[in-house]
Amino acid sequence: MTALEGGAILPRRGGIFGALSDAFWRHPKLLVFLMLTPPVLWLGIIYLGSLLALLLQSFYSLDEFSGLVVPEFTLSTYAQLFRPSNFDIIVRTVLMAAVVTIASGVVAFPIAYMAARYAKGKWKALFYLGVMLPLWSSYLVKVYAWKLILAKEGILNWVFEGLHLTPLLDAFLAIPVIGGNSLSVSYTGTFLVFLYIWLPYMILPTQAALERVPVNLIDASGDLGATPSQTFWHVIFPLALPGLVAGSIFTFSLTLGDYIIPNIVGSSRQIIGQAVYAQQGSAGNIPLAAAFTVVPIVIMGLYLWMAKRLGAFNAL
Amino acid sequence: MSPDTRAPWPLKLAAAAGLAFLLVPLLIIFIYAFTTEERSFAWPPPGLTLKWFAVAWGRTDLWSALTLSVQVGLISTFIALILGTLCAAAVSQTQFFGRETISLLVILPIALPGIITGMALRSAFSIAEIPFSFWTIVLGHATFCVVVVYNNAVARFRRTSGSLIEASMDLGADGFQTFRHIILPNIGTALLAGGMLAFALSFDEVIVTTFTAGQQQTLPLWMLEELIRPRQRPVTNVVAMVVVLVTTLPMLLAFYLTRDGDQIAGSGK
Repeated sequence: MTALEGGAILPRRGGIFGALSDAFWRHPKLLVFLMLTPPVLWLGIIYLGSLLALLLQSFYSLDEFSGLVVPEFTLSTYAQLFRPSNFDIIVRTVLMAAVVTIASGVVAFPIAYMAARYAKGKWKALFYLGVMLPLWSSYLVKVYAWKLILAKEGILNWVFEGLHLTPLLDAFLAIPVIGGNSLSVSYTGTFLVFLYIWLPYMILPTQAALERVPVNLIDASGDLGATPSQTFWHVIFPLALPGLVAGSIFTFSLTLGDYIIPNIVGSSRQIIGQAVYAQQGSAGNIPLAAAFTVVPIVIMGLYLWMAKRLGAFNAL
Repeated sequence: MSPDTRAPWPLKLAAAAGLAFLLVPLLIIFIYAFTTEERSFAWPPPGLTLKWFAVAWGRTDLWSALTLSVQVGLISTFIALILGTLCAAAVSQTQFFGRETISLLVILPIALPGIITGMALRSAFSIAEIPFSFWTIVLGHATFCVVVVYNNAVARFRRTSGSLIEASMDLGADGFQTFRHIILPNIGTALLAGGMLAFALSFDEVIVTTFTAGQQQTLPLWMLEELIRPRQRPVTNVVAMVVVLVTTLPMLLAFYLTRDGDQIAGSGK
């Protein structure tokens, strides 16, 4: 109303709010600075500060006799990582992460391909929910569901029994290393749960990459005489590869950094996450736990560097 | 796909098997919540009962874990909403030096595996001699919740047209009035969606929490304890089912609120 009475130029809104509003208008950088300060301070101090603390701790060591942390610079904690028992843990974890990553690529690709190229309407929604529901369901509950499935008296054994395939399962479980007393205490069990839980992280970027493949490229390939399988291997797959690589960043990194899944479904041989948890908890050896934590950071650094060269970041 | 619009059957089969692999384990949780079996995970369930819902309802340790989870979730979400929105507003409205770095800084806590974030906080608490408490849990949760609010808000700011804000200014509103009457209604549903996802993330988080909680148990920590040293399996079954409902319903709602072309989730959990 005042706008009508006061003519084209309005009177200034008085008071502190008016003054502040004017100041922000005249100095937009001031506003940006004020808006950025709280989040940057929070993340800078709490998060980056913690990462620095982690790095610092990894250069400390534990006094073997007193059990106290000695806050002096040393490389001896890192040297401990190369003891055979600790180095085995690292190799085992990287192997597990690699196998889980390859398997999720294989399982995810048909789902992503179907969802991106063929599914329409209701089916599209089903594919969407089929990926998003497991992704957003509780992590622990998903692990628990697999404990139910893989247990000795659980569904999987019941299915095998129903199909009279129990001897086959027993023969598989008798294989050293990947077998065990039952699936829920074997590496195979750990692998299945990892595969299940990280699968959506592989499907989503792969699907996004496939959806971006232009249809006219596929038409052109067909016009130039390529068979469907030639079109797939020479046109579609190379264009989808950055998506797969982007997904593999998640599956690889998440497997490297998990300790709950192998604790609940798995054998007694540890992976990095379990070693970190055991060292900082009951053993009270925070420096060694910190040094173990630096390992996945370094591996992921290398992995990201390679992924960047394959163009994975454009697919995220 | 122009020449062949129908999928070849091996592809259909592989995709259907994949979808079943993704969805069946969730369904199983719902069946086990009603089983009469107490000692083992026997399948098929020997009988169905509602008894364990009542037993779970009467467990006080469960209620205190739930209360703690809700409190931590609400406070972390509140902090994440403020920090995430401020950050998104600054990044999307202006070009400035280092905005890539800011985005990276926001995404890092969730892009790095949980043990790294958890162990980093644990190291910092140890060096600074901060005792574990309610607030150490909140500190961790708020840090990784910022990213979901940020992602949702950035997407919405990008779609909110700048001419609306200019029009508001031309019509005589000052910065605060424009924020209250133009910007806030525009980003409101995105913030709601981001906030719900942040709450779901916090409510479900277990790895970072194991490094930042002392004696207190959030609901996931209670659940973890039950998985490693089971006391009453049927109660765990009931809790698992309720947790699936509680964590997926906000996701469905967030999907509904932002369904016109927004990205709903962060880049990962």
